[in-house]
Amino acid sequence: MSTLTANGPAILFYVFAALALVSALGVVTLRNPMYGAISLLVTFLAVAALFLLRGAEFVGMVQIFVYGGGIMVLFLFVIMLINLHRLAEVKIFGGLSPLAAVVGVLLLAFFGFFFLHAQFAAPVANPDAFVMVGAEKLGNSQAVAWSLYTENLLPFEIASLFLLVAMIGAVVLGRRQ
Amino acid sequence: MLEITTNHYLVLSFALFAIGIFGIAARKNMITVLMSIELVLNSVNINLIAFSAQHGNLTGQIFAIFTITVAAGEAAVGLGILISLFRLRETTSLDQATDLKG
Repeated sequence: MSTLTANGPAILFYVFAALALVSALGVVTLRNPMYGAISLLVTFLAVAALFLLRGAEFVGMVQIFVYGGGIMVLFLFVIMLINLHRLAEVKIFGGLSPLAAVVGVLLLAFFGFFFLHAQFAAPVANPDAFVMVGAEKLGNSQAVAWSLYTENLLPFEIASLFLLVAMIGAVVLGRRQ
Repeated sequence: MLEITTNHYLVLSFALFAIGIFGIAARKNMITVLMSIELVLNSVNINLIAFSAQHGNLTGQIFAIFTITVAAGEAAVGLGILISLFRLRETTSLDQATDLKG
């Protein structure tokens, strides 16, 4: 039991990493896009769990809200709007797919080797750094909110303008002429 | 193996990135291509969070929030384009969207 609690974070990381990889492979290989969308939802949730394991609690929750609760619902609506029949006789992979697979595996081997052996000068920082607001220890959401409203106020406002523009664009594109 | 370092996160991030790039390059269904783009953006977020934890700096998490924001806007507009193209071609196969092909 003590080994379970001692190695708990490692076990959780491997479980969620495997889940993310398997469901990502499901997204790119499943024939029916509805199944692919559900697989993508599982990927998002696994990635949110990985964020939580690294002390990024606010980003993990935002990931679940925005990706799982917003973008995924949008995808599912569009998939159901585009009511697809006759999926059985269509080949799902295009002409360049063997080349893409080979290049992908080679890149993964190459970069994976380098990333595995990268040396970082400093050890991984204390998670306490993420809950500091000034000098007090409040919480990750408070620290992120403080940073967003003081140092990163300009990107925050620009992001809201960007969302407005995207909303206008999506409404215009979705009209029936 | 049992101590999860930043390197583990980097390898995972690049694996998701490679799977996403394969999905963008290899699949013919437009919706699957858009979903693979979301995979690529998620892999970037994992990378940002891993380095943010490595250095104890909150900037990586802020950047990840903005990446999620941009991904949401881009998914909305991309799906709008997909719907317009579907209304024109009555299919979601990218083989039928080759007007700009040389």
